[in-house]
Amino acid sequence: MSDPTQTPSGYAAAAEVGAVRKRRTWKERWWLALKKAPISAWFGMIVMLGYVIVALFAPLLAPHGEAEIFPTPYAVWDDTHILGTDQIGRDVMSRMVYGARNTMGIALVTTLLSFFIGGGLGLIAAINRSWLDQLLSRTTDVIMAIPSLIFALMLLSIFKPSVISLIFIIAVLDSTRVFRLTRSVAINVVVMDYVEAARLRGEKMSWIMRHEILPNIMPPMVAEFGLRFSFVFLTIAALSFLGVGIQPPTADWGSMVRENASLIQFAQYDLKAGITPLLPAAAIGLLTVAVNFVVDWFLHMTSGLRDEH
Amino acid sequence: MHPVFITIIKRLGLGLVTLFVVSAIIFSSVSLLPGDFGEAVLGQAATEETVAAFREELGLDKPAVQRYFEWAGAILKGDLGTSFSGRSASGVDRSRSVAGMIAPRLKNTLFLAGVTAVIAVPLAIILGLSTALYRNSWYDRSINATTLTTISIPDFFIAYLLILVFASLWKVFPSLSTVDPSMLLGERLSRIALPTITLTLVIVAHMMRMTRAAIIGLLASPYIEMARLKGASRSEIILKHALPNAWAPIATVVAFNLAFLVVGVVVVEVVFVYPGIGQLMVDSVTSRDIPVVQACAMIFAGTYILLNLIADVIGIVTNPRLLHPR
Amino acid sequence: MSIDNTQEDSQQDILLDMRNIRIEGFSDEQWHPIIKGVDLTLKRGQIMGLIGESGAGKSTLGLAAMGFARPGCRFTEGEVNFNGTDLLKLKEVERRKYWGTKIAYVAQSAAAAFNPAQRLIDQTIESANRMQLRPEAQSREDAVDLYKSLHLPDPGTIGERYPHQVSGGQLQRVMTAMAMSARPDLIIFDEPTTALDVTTQVEVLASMREIVEQHNTAAIYITHDLAVVAQMADVIKVLRYGEEVEQAQTRTMLTEPKEAYTRSLWSVRSLEKPEEAGDDIVLSMQDIHAAYGAVPVLQGININLPRGKTVAVVGESGSGKSTAARVITGLLPQSQGEVKFNGEVLPSQLKDRTPEQLRQIQMIYQMADTAMNPRQTVEKIIGRPLELYHNLSGAKKAARIDELLNMIELDESFLDRLPGELSGGQKQRICIARALAANPDVIICDEVTSALDQIVQEGILKLLLRLQQEFGISYLFITHDIATVKAISDEIVVMYQGKVVEQGLKSEILSPPHPEYTELLLSSVPDMDPDWLTNLLDSRVSSD
Repeated sequence: MSDPTQTPSGYAAAAEVGAVRKRRTWKERWWLALKKAPISAWFGMIVMLGYVIVALFAPLLAPHGEAEIFPTPYAVWDDTHILGTDQIGRDVMSRMVYGARNTMGIALVTTLLSFFIGGGLGLIAAINRSWLDQLLSRTTDVIMAIPSLIFALMLLSIFKPSVISLIFIIAVLDSTRVFRLTRSVAINVVVMDYVEAARLRGEKMSWIMRHEILPNIMPPMVAEFGLRFSFVFLTIAALSFLGVGIQPPTADWGSMVRENASLIQFAQYDLKAGITPLLPAAAIGLLTVAVNFVVDWFLHMTSGLRDEH
Repeated sequence: MHPVFITIIKRLGLGLVTLFVVSAIIFSSVSLLPGDFGEAVLGQAATEETVAAFREELGLDKPAVQRYFEWAGAILKGDLGTSFSGRSASGVDRSRSVAGMIAPRLKNTLFLAGVTAVIAVPLAIILGLSTALYRNSWYDRSINATTLTTISIPDFFIAYLLILVFASLWKVFPSLSTVDPSMLLGERLSRIALPTITLTLVIVAHMMRMTRAAIIGLLASPYIEMARLKGASRSEIILKHALPNAWAPIATVVAFNLAFLVVGVVVVEVVFVYPGIGQLMVDSVTSRDIPVVQACAMIFAGTYILLNLIADVIGIVTNPRLLHPR
Repeated sequence: MSIDNTQEDSQQDILLDMRNIRIEGFSDEQWHPIIKGVDLTLKRGQIMGLIGESGAGKSTLGLAAMGFARPGCRFTEGEVNFNGTDLLKLKEVERRKYWGTKIAYVAQSAAAAFNPAQRLIDQTIESANRMQLRPEAQSREDAVDLYKSLHLPDPGTIGERYPHQVSGGQLQRVMTAMAMSARPDLIIFDEPTTALDVTTQVEVLASMREIVEQHNTAAIYITHDLAVVAQMADVIKVLRYGEEVEQAQTRTMLTEPKEAYTRSLWSVRSLEKPEEAGDDIVLSMQDIHAAYGAVPVLQGININLPRGKTVAVVGESGSGKSTAARVITGLLPQSQGEVKFNGEVLPSQLKDRTPEQLRQIQMIYQMADTAMNPRQTVEKIIGRPLELYHNLSGAKKAARIDELLNMIELDESFLDRLPGELSGGQKQRICIARALAANPDVIICDEVTSALDQIVQEGILKLLLRLQQEFGISYLFITHDIATVKAISDEIVVMYQGKVVEQGLKSEILSPPHPEYTELLLSSVPDMDPDWLTNLLDSRVSSD
């Protein structure tokens, strides 16, 4: 060959085929994704939106006060008390509405705290990979060796049940799972050549964390947030149901199931009364199903993974 | 020594260490108790002497390490201490031994969990394998949708729904699962029918989904494609090629879900007023009867650790790389 | 389709006749064509080489010869006539009777394609046993004979082992025995030696060729390596984008390809930089020892890189060539010895180096995919070193980025693309631009072309040469591919098991006499000459 640096005729690097996507703004892309979303995801999003609206505007939507006591306990469903009253005469409908705010709010705060603790430590462990990683990982192993509901029950027998202790206990116990996930996802990113390239370039740790690692672990973390939220939500509901979670007079769905449970015996005489205790339980179930549907769709969309055909 | 034994012994050692640390955590939770705890247990009228005597009995004056080893040593001998309940301000002690309280209830819980496991494990594995085999079929999709719903809703919702339908509206089964030692097996089984169905629904959903995922992951391996290209039929692929490699993941799934069962038992026992240790633990948490809570927590955690240990050992003994070292 | 002498032969001789094969694959919620109407005819005992670059559809076509489409793919048209039966018309139960017995398959990664839980011999005789071709005991004896004729060590007992107990090259030969066990009429070899080291590849190729010739088995040999296919095939078919480019007898194809595309594939191997000696040493490794934990990897190596020149470091996997790069960059501090840059000793730890020292030595990776953050645009990827090392921002930075893009023969339309929107070659060019942005003295290239198709490789190598001429950059070029070495280097370092076998000018290293290992390495690299393997084996036998 005469001149080795001559490009072969008819070949141009810029003409090579790459899978170029159309330029779209952030809004357009979301709209497109939403348009393609399956019915289950739409259902989930609409349900979640409804719950959020109820939680935000609880005082406006509730017909009566959260702890307001009326003379008739276990009143039947009628115009004043759409869903009747409970064992001490509080309006069930109003408590359902306030329950949305309390139950969801507490679960949300707990999940956020759990991500703050578990996510932060997970990132540090993934980057550091030294004795600190060992220490954190082994601690997590031990905490996870005790079933979390059992651990929570034990701690609640020591610290008196209150909203604050509930939030802290569940957040700390749940943060072990967040820690594990964050650490494993982040480690997969840390070993990438582009992180090594950034280190070779002389970038600071904080820059690498913000620009190289965080953007790449966001999708699984967002999905995990949804899953952890529903798990935390169910755990708190279960604890409240067991009587050691959110304490009266604060309205919450878990304790409402417990308080009205005996009504179920009357189902054959008055079916409406019989299903009253099931309503808060159904409200819990509907929200977790909705969250799971949306998370499923989100995972499908971001991973690009599809089931084999 | 054969590397399989070495690995198993290492894993057993790790299990023991975990158990030790967990017991230390459960034990040390007592030290987190607020200072006025004696008064809280014994009542407002307690004199300083009775409180001091109570503190001495708890051993709060001894060093923590010594107390721990005394406590752990007693547990190994089957002595779980005495309950806080039944004590009074006057110093009269009608408290019962924790072991005596737990023993009959543990039997009941094991009975309920055992019956559930016998039904749920084979059912879940069969469903998991069949949905993996016929994945994306109508059958697979409907089972998947059902199980996704089942795992999303709280177990007490399922429980009350079953009570509403099968005990309240249509009186097939009793809504309360009270049992006593004099009952015959048939009577007992009918009493625990609803809690068993509730637990089975929840456990099968989880276990089936995880089994399905594990099998699908396995079926994507190149050696499965190779087996197809060597002319193996569907059943040969599953039985000869996939299953020998699937024991470890399936064992993990089963152990994980049995451990999950242990937790699910707590809520279900409360709903059906079933006299097991789950209900005992919840009652003791409410009445802040710490020794009972500790003992229950120890039993639950021990079961959990043991189940995971068994799963890992199954994984070790079915791993060809460990069985046939280079 | 090119003229082939199959038409002249009697119909009885035709084993496989594939007509108008069309296959689609499902991705992004849509069916896309993978094979767009290809014909393929194979006579008994004939070996056809299927070559093409990644995405040409050669594996899909190879599997189609069995009437098999991978999950996510489907046949939309065509016939696969095997011995006169159209496999596509059969029910799967019937088709299965052909698989493993009449048509066998040899996969690329033997380590993954063997069931980890079964003994090798049980897997070897599985197909023969299923069809009850002969008593099982006889099949076992036959398997041992096959192991023997494939030159496997301990043929009598190797079958009793499990896959993880045997090396990759041996596994690949066991898989050939497995394919041969039922004495099929046709074997599909799907890139069987791609995962192997070059010295292992020769032995595997030789034993595969020997056994198919011995049993007069027809074969389809799929590969992207022209020199390999030249050794194996009687006829060669070239594929591109799921279509046939041309087909001809091997010798004809090598000497006078008709199509421009085929000629361009052939020409890649002729690129060769005239060597130049240099005395001004910019970077030197002196008596470097390094270890991963307790495992020693480098045992006292010396490498000198002259300014403005290219030193190629060659060796097989495990030779320590990539470890040498990690020592230079400070990622793996050496336990002994010094790295000198412009006469000054570099701190062994990355964190002790100054930004200036970091700027002067840049690195380009093998996998451009993982070397760029998938969530950063080209603009940010190239712009970051400019901010960091040269404090550029705003218009100055933008101008410099444009300039760099032009240097790598791309333009500003690429600025807001993400790495996922680039082709393999473009990705590697962006990585080069990122290295250039630092204005380095030395660039370490770690297997930078080995993941790319041949034509793209050529483009990248030419770009690197041009940049060297323009800016006087020195390259330390780590590779296992001798053709790449010839194309780019001035000097060569041969490494083996953590030691430098020799360093010298390209012409000295590539011409005899060689030290023993260099001889083995160089002689194992296939030539485009179809007689190369035969001649090599003859010469090795005579010298034994």
